[in-house]
Amino acid sequence: MDLVELSRLQFAVTALYHFIFVPLTLGLSVLLGIMETVYVMTGREIWRDLVKFWGILFGINFAMGVATGITMEFQFGTNWAYYSQYVGDVFGAPLAIEGLMAFFLEATFVGLFFFAWDKLSKIQHLIATWLLALGTNFSALWILIANGWMQYPVGAHFNADTMRMEVSDFMEVLFNPVAQAKFVHTVSAGYVTGSVFVLAISAWYLLKGRNAEFAKRSMTVAASFGLASALSVVVLGDESGYTAGQNQKMKIAAIEAMWETEPAPASFTVFGLPDLAAHKTHMEVKVPWMLGLIATRSADTPVPGISELVGIAQKNIADGLIAYKALATIKKDPHDAQARKELDDHVGHLGYALLLKNIRPDIENATQDEIVRAANSTIPNVPVLFWSFRLMVGLGLWFIALFAFSFWLSAKRQLDRWRPYLWAALLTLPLPWIAAELGWVVAEYGRQPWVIVGVMPTALGVSSTTTTNVTLSLLGFVLFYSALLVVDFYLLRKYIKLGPDAPQHEEAA
Amino acid sequence: MDYETLRLIWWALLGILLIGFAVMDGFDLGTAALLPFVAKTDIERRIAINTVGPVWEGNQVWFILGGGSIFAAWPSLYGASFSGFYLAMFLVLATLILRPAGFKFRSKVNDPRWRAFWDWALFAGGVVPALVFGIAFGNLFEGVPFGFDSDLRFHSEITLFGLLNPFALLVGMISLTMIVLHGASWLNFKTEGPVQARARAVMPYAAILFVVLFALAGACLAHMDGYRILGVVDHNGPSNPTLKTVTRIAGVWVRGEAIPAVVIALLGAVGALLLRRRPLMAFLSSALVPAATIATAGLALFPFLMPSSADPDVSLTVWDASSSKLTLAVMLGAVAIFLPLIIAYTGFVYRVLRGPVREQDLGGHSY
Repeated sequence: MDLVELSRLQFAVTALYHFIFVPLTLGLSVLLGIMETVYVMTGREIWRDLVKFWGILFGINFAMGVATGITMEFQFGTNWAYYSQYVGDVFGAPLAIEGLMAFFLEATFVGLFFFAWDKLSKIQHLIATWLLALGTNFSALWILIANGWMQYPVGAHFNADTMRMEVSDFMEVLFNPVAQAKFVHTVSAGYVTGSVFVLAISAWYLLKGRNAEFAKRSMTVAASFGLASALSVVVLGDESGYTAGQNQKMKIAAIEAMWETEPAPASFTVFGLPDLAAHKTHMEVKVPWMLGLIATRSADTPVPGISELVGIAQKNIADGLIAYKALATIKKDPHDAQARKELDDHVGHLGYALLLKNIRPDIENATQDEIVRAANSTIPNVPVLFWSFRLMVGLGLWFIALFAFSFWLSAKRQLDRWRPYLWAALLTLPLPWIAAELGWVVAEYGRQPWVIVGVMPTALGVSSTTTTNVTLSLLGFVLFYSALLVVDFYLLRKYIKLGPDAPQHEEAA
Repeated sequence: MDYETLRLIWWALLGILLIGFAVMDGFDLGTAALLPFVAKTDIERRIAINTVGPVWEGNQVWFILGGGSIFAAWPSLYGASFSGFYLAMFLVLATLILRPAGFKFRSKVNDPRWRAFWDWALFAGGVVPALVFGIAFGNLFEGVPFGFDSDLRFHSEITLFGLLNPFALLVGMISLTMIVLHGASWLNFKTEGPVQARARAVMPYAAILFVVLFALAGACLAHMDGYRILGVVDHNGPSNPTLKTVTRIAGVWVRGEAIPAVVIALLGAVGALLLRRRPLMAFLSSALVPAATIATAGLALFPFLMPSSADPDVSLTVWDASSSKLTLAVMLGAVAIFLPLIIAYTGFVYRVLRGPVREQDLGGHSY
């Protein structure tokens, strides 16, 4: 594998590992806040036991989130140095603000949450718990503002004197519609993960016939919070779809395996076998109107297909080459006013020209044939996106059904009556993680070949380091993370089996 | 506010955030580095670990924030230093990855081998970052072999072996001794009995070693080639490091502006040594050591951030490696709002957790 592939693999592996722990932290922190609020309002000890028990599992998971999170921030510098140089002016700011506003808050109050049960009043401890939850959620907000900018780079411009992207309007970066939609979608997915976790483990206690009072209370909280969150994931996932339809037409077309433009109102393909080589989808099953409604919120706007978008990319590349040539002139003579004007007029497509760098280094001499090849490289991996998306949506619908049924059972006080239901709840345990990781694949793998859509091809962003270095670090991370993951599972299992009435340390027993 | 002023403020903030990291995370790194030696029994080790247990996560955010701020305010420096020092950074990350697990998982299984493993993992997580950051700073004084092409793409001939030269190792040892001193004075302050006695016994050695090594490094710097910008650079100019001329001159790193910081660093170490029977005073005194040591390095190097030995002209300086004026201004606003808040609630947390950690405090959620 070459440097780019190794660096991408390392990023994907470390991000997917990190994303095992993040959704659960997001969801459990809020659930802990809810449970402790009930404790403070009712004063009943069992609710404090709930907070303390789920808190142990939260803590084990939180430690792993911190361990895998450290790598993420520094990896931009170690492995994507040119990316950092090129867009740090825009992309670095939300990451730094995440530290200032969010991570300090969660990391400081997580200490009080665990260590200060006897040192704070009930209300003070409740506030500490909610500040912890607030910190984790703010953290997601700033990370997704940074990520949203990679998907839809608003509020920035290219500066020829510094050879990089710079912020022109910080408010646009902040209120990027893609970032907002992604934030609500992602934190809701985290809440679903936390709720499924609580629901499934409580179901296991009921199946074992133990800790019934504890388990039923936990399930009631998880069912109501989970139902609201699962509905929000799907509804706001739809909002994500709408913003992607506006800004990332290629991603939508790839998710739909829609090779040719659909006349309005576009139909939605429920099933099909996308064929990457033939640019066709076999055995399609389509629902009329549905895609048009999701992607355009109208019945009369066509949704462009892959072929049409590749054609547009070709024009953009040719246009971007004019900017690239003007930039070369400016590098030789920074005062060439003619070249600066030419750059200004075409700079919007400079990133498209850079796609040619994957084909030849002296891109100003690119042939028409190479431009066509570069334009074709803007097609993401259609079958992977098509299936990841459908599986994710299917899982989302299953969570709604499960939580709705749980909610109904809980209202009728029959949570422990139906063993098949308890088994279904238990077996759902791994599913939100699968959905979350698939969501990452759709969003980030679907962004390829871009690291920043329309601005920077992924391959250009890597550091000038050696494949030996990256191989070593990749193997190191995989080894460390996998070992820690085994320990994490072992400890979670151990504390789940010990259950809520066991003392928290063995030596105390 | 003009671009020059913003750059100067962000240079100072870079120092302040690194100092925040060295002072706050410094004592828990130091505690971890001393763990196998000052605490012998399992109870003693748990006491030592629990002095930092509730606060180390917050402290480590100074490191994360330091990295994030370099990314946002000094993007060229961020890419150059982290990719240039690739394997060194990997070593730091690998040992820091073990820390959360070490703290959280160690006491969750009652098996001596399990606990010994995590004790040594925590030890590595304390020693390696302290040593590597010092080594990195040492290399900054010597200059690092890197360059930029016309797209401002960074390239370097840095190797891990090349980083481990005698002067850099000396600075690495300075960093480690100051962290050990700070950790020992934290344990002296937060524990009682045998752990406190052993930590207190470490303090004179660490303080004297620090003073000796610090003076030695000063003597080396007086003979070493430093870097100077030739001619005038526009302090309000674009952030492009390829537009100036830089030369190397022996001894220019030793300069009057750094003297107050040097004095404070040395007085802090001596103060910690002399005041060790008044633990809080000694701890405050030892906190001055990493703070003033980082200030010394920053002031000596100014306006350089990362000098290049391969192509001195493209060295990164305060005037040509920053973010745009708008980003610096926005980020300054964010710091002005959130840093006071952070200091306020961190202060509250330390007040809640005040007092020494004793055996009877271990239990419940403690590590």
